[in-house]
Amino acid sequence: MAIDTTTAARVAKLARIKVEEDQLPALADEFSAILGFIEQLNEVDVEGVEPMTSVTPMRLPRREDVVTDGNQAEAVLKNAPDSREGFFAVPKVVE
Amino acid sequence: MSDKMNMTIAQARDALRKGDFSAVELAEASLAAVTASKPLNAFVHDTSDIAMNQAKAADARIKAGDAPDMCGIPIGMKDLFCTKGVNSQAASAILDGFKPEYESTVSQKLFDNGAVMVGKLNMDEFAMGSSNETSTYGNVINPWKVDDQDLTPGGSSGGSAAAVAANTCLAATGTDTGGSIRQPAAFTGITGIKPTYGRCSRWGIVAFASSLDQAGPMTKDVRDAAIMLEAMCGYDPKDSTSADIPVPNFEAALTGDIKGKTIGIPKEYRMDGMADEIEKLWADGTAMLKDAGAKIVDISLPHTKYALPAYYVIAPAEASSNLARYDGVRFGHRAKLEAGDGITEMYEKTRAEGFGAEVQRRVMVGTYVLSAGFYDAYYNRARRVRALIKKDFDDVFATGVDAILTPATPSSAFELGKEVADPVEMYLNDVFTVTVNLAGLPGISVPAGLDSKGLPLGLQLIGKPWEEGDLLNTAFALETAIGFDAKPTHWWA
Repeated sequence: MAIDTTTAARVAKLARIKVEEDQLPALADEFSAILGFIEQLNEVDVEGVEPMTSVTPMRLPRREDVVTDGNQAEAVLKNAPDSREGFFAVPKVVE
Repeated sequence: MSDKMNMTIAQARDALRKGDFSAVELAEASLAAVTASKPLNAFVHDTSDIAMNQAKAADARIKAGDAPDMCGIPIGMKDLFCTKGVNSQAASAILDGFKPEYESTVSQKLFDNGAVMVGKLNMDEFAMGSSNETSTYGNVINPWKVDDQDLTPGGSSGGSAAAVAANTCLAATGTDTGGSIRQPAAFTGITGIKPTYGRCSRWGIVAFASSLDQAGPMTKDVRDAAIMLEAMCGYDPKDSTSADIPVPNFEAALTGDIKGKTIGIPKEYRMDGMADEIEKLWADGTAMLKDAGAKIVDISLPHTKYALPAYYVIAPAEASSNLARYDGVRFGHRAKLEAGDGITEMYEKTRAEGFGAEVQRRVMVGTYVLSAGFYDAYYNRARRVRALIKKDFDDVFATGVDAILTPATPSSAFELGKEVADPVEMYLNDVFTVTVNLAGLPGISVPAGLDSKGLPLGLQLIGKPWEEGDLLNTAFALETAIGFDAKPTHWWA
């Protein structure tokens, strides 16, 4: 399937990656090549086959619903690009 | 270069216990070799202070008679592993300066076992690549050369492979999502094993595609792979996919006796246009296993051809989800914002600046295949095909096959820059390895010979789930029969 620049721009937006206008045609071409490669999957008869959810036959383990961690605000914020008064700081979100 | 650095883990372990030299002396030799290996660009973060402290502690344990197998052994750590207080960036600019406040389970297990970390190792950005050319730290150069050409060490664990092949450390950690341990091991003439999915905890390893990622050792031989793998694996409640089953003594499984074992040769791996020397390598390996007493059978894995396209849906889909966390808020890089920029601009600029081209490409492909209207056609279809690929293996093992022999890679190491232009061409590097990740199986690459250019080639053995011990023993028998002992010329120092 050929991907046009509008679709490429939409995907970039969904992925929250800024792509300059002049780079969209090249990006669309790359997507088309990769998706063309993936199209081979249409040859496979998958009728009645369940999509795999876990490669090993195991149930996800459960545990008591109790607090097991916490009180590490300093460690959590240690690598933040911007933090103030015990919080992550970001540009204003709500007007 | 010191003789100590030519040793295997097993040799150094025995020498340390006998007192031939100390862990501190071994660490010093390793750190000197690391420094001298600058031209390879394998090591990217210095951990010499940690190494010296760990080596002193190892000497104390050895003296006290309490020395596990990895005690005092200098290893390199792939940059994908979070190591407390040490830069852990997955070779990405978006994690610039990131120093975790915690230690990954696998690195912690190795440290508990006495291992000495001599540095963090280069890799493809977020483990996405087959040539180590997507790293923010620049290319790794393969210690093996043809004339004056710089060759790729493979990827994504290219730094790990180069570091071990160059004798800068005795072993290194790697991770393997589609072949990232086995392909670089083959390109550098070393051994690399990806264990069964769930053997090694993924906790604290920067996630690429969570249903495929597994850590494993990259070592000089099969015995070392057995020793180091045992130290790395085991149940971890912090990883919900970690297997709660006992870890056997893998080294004890290495008897070299494979009489009566059944080895499958899959016809679908005989690709059109396969190089004659790869074909011969494979046939020779088959003959050697037969001579060692194994029964050889032809088998069919009919969906092999669809493994790569399925992988290039599933892995990018999982990557797009996993990499959503890199948004400039909690860690790593945040773009400089202009007046009026809001939070969306912050995300978009941060991710455009922080992610390299291949990572951006895969995140966007993943976003596309998961987007409304395409989820069923791409993502669910790929997961159905994955179920069929796994069933191919289940069916073969059900007929009594113990292990499967294939080539590890379609070629030897290629020139840096040669395949960068075409992403799909690059993806074909993983054609023999990626099925193993999709089926969650253990796979090992063993050096098997040199091609006409004098570059190493590997053979891959694929085993049954949780049967790493048996797989390692078959690999040990193959290694013994092959007797590979070639080493790269020491040109870099």
